[in-house]
Amino acid sequence: MLFGFLLLWSFISYVDLFPAYALPSPKAVFYSFQEELTTGRLINDVIASLWRVAVGFVISAVLGIPIGLWMGQHRYARQAFVPMLNFFRFLSPLAWIPFAILWFHIGDKPAVFLIFMATFFPLVLATMVAVASIPSIYFRVAQDYHYKGIELLTKVTFPAVLPQIITALRVSYGIAWVVIVAAEMVGCQDGLGYGIWEARNGLRLDAAVCYMIVIGLLGMGIDRLLAQLTKLPGVRWGYER
Amino acid sequence: MSDKHSVSKLVLKNVSHRYGTVSVLKDLSLVVNPGEIVVLVGPSGCGKTTLLNLLSGYINPVSGSVQREGIIRTVYQHDGLFPWLTVSENISIGLRSIEDITRREKELNELLALIHMEGFEQHYPHQLSGGMRQRVELARVLAGDSDILLMDEPFSALDYQSRLRMRRELVRLLEKRPRTVVFVTHDIEEASQLADRVLVLSKRPATICRELHIQTKRPRDLADHAVIDAMKQILNELGLNSPDTDL
Repeated sequence: MLFGFLLLWSFISYVDLFPAYALPSPKAVFYSFQEELTTGRLINDVIASLWRVAVGFVISAVLGIPIGLWMGQHRYARQAFVPMLNFFRFLSPLAWIPFAILWFHIGDKPAVFLIFMATFFPLVLATMVAVASIPSIYFRVAQDYHYKGIELLTKVTFPAVLPQIITALRVSYGIAWVVIVAAEMVGCQDGLGYGIWEARNGLRLDAAVCYMIVIGLLGMGIDRLLAQLTKLPGVRWGYER
Repeated sequence: MSDKHSVSKLVLKNVSHRYGTVSVLKDLSLVVNPGEIVVLVGPSGCGKTTLLNLLSGYINPVSGSVQREGIIRTVYQHDGLFPWLTVSENISIGLRSIEDITRREKELNELLALIHMEGFEQHYPHQLSGGMRQRVELARVLAGDSDILLMDEPFSALDYQSRLRMRRELVRLLEKRPRTVVFVTHDIEEASQLADRVLVLSKRPATICRELHIQTKRPRDLADHAVIDAMKQILNELGLNSPDTDL
């Protein structure tokens, strides 16, 4: 499949269906790959982007999951906050770009902020829904054996929703990875998104394609890593029935 | 363990309960004697589970009083085990009150041996059959210092043969670790094989319409005279025996 795609790509660029500046040939992309790697720019951009996604993602997980757990357990909190959460969830994170730059200027911070805005709300909602749908029998058993307070939360509620939380993490990581490219196009001086932006400005579409390939492959790779979490023995039950 | 029973006490006095305008239980009184196996049977929807919830303290009656003493644990129909914990960890929940780790370890191994689940310690509930899962639940409620077991149709999700096996299993376990048991079922075979005393409940609002003592020693054969006789009487009481009876 991949090979066929490459073949088609080579063929189209070979017969000059599109001008070379609009559709770079595989060979040109390969050479720009070499160039980007030898100058070290690609590696630098990859590290910058990964760092921003990781920081933004960790902040929203560390805040979002506990808030989701709490909201799932308190109906009044749900009634109070869900409309607001939904409102923000449907705001494209890109709409925050002007604020991000005004508040955080240039550098890592605006990108991290945008990643946070993109992933926080879906994570809270997914965790909350998962908690609210825990079968009541688990809480009855917990009551029989006197689980209370923080112990109830960490030993019953949290493990009961962990499979869904892992799924939510994978989904919101996907969002984060899409958003980082857009975020870096405006507020940054490096990163994969910035790389594409710069390639566009220099009309170097071969370099842009090379960056696109890296973005796609990295996204897939990290999702594979997150998928490994679903193989943990304590969460397997959530995916096997 | 004979001193165990002295602390168990379960008394309902003139208990009535309703959900909204639907009256479920009406003026029901019941004393469960220590060490006794009481089985409640009745038509579906008659309030058997409500009665258990009242006994366990999960809900409070609209009127009347419930007295309970001793540690009460419930075996549920299914999915009562925590799926994220292994067999060992699930059973250990029942041993939470034991502080001493070596004693807890010893108890756990005894319980695993008791339900013949050695070798399955590290398995998760979803890797076990329905019968095995219920055995683990039994081990969990029998663990440590429980006094009273409430059983809410614990075998009804199993196939017929497993159900027969589980009844024997329960009798064997209770022989080793006697407890006061209140067992709810719609299965009259089960009731006749297990009970010291069968209470037949009427349609909603439920009252006890028949009390039946079965003296024969357990384990009882399904074809045992006393069992068949008890089944006949329960069927009669439920109006299920003759084809002419209205349901």
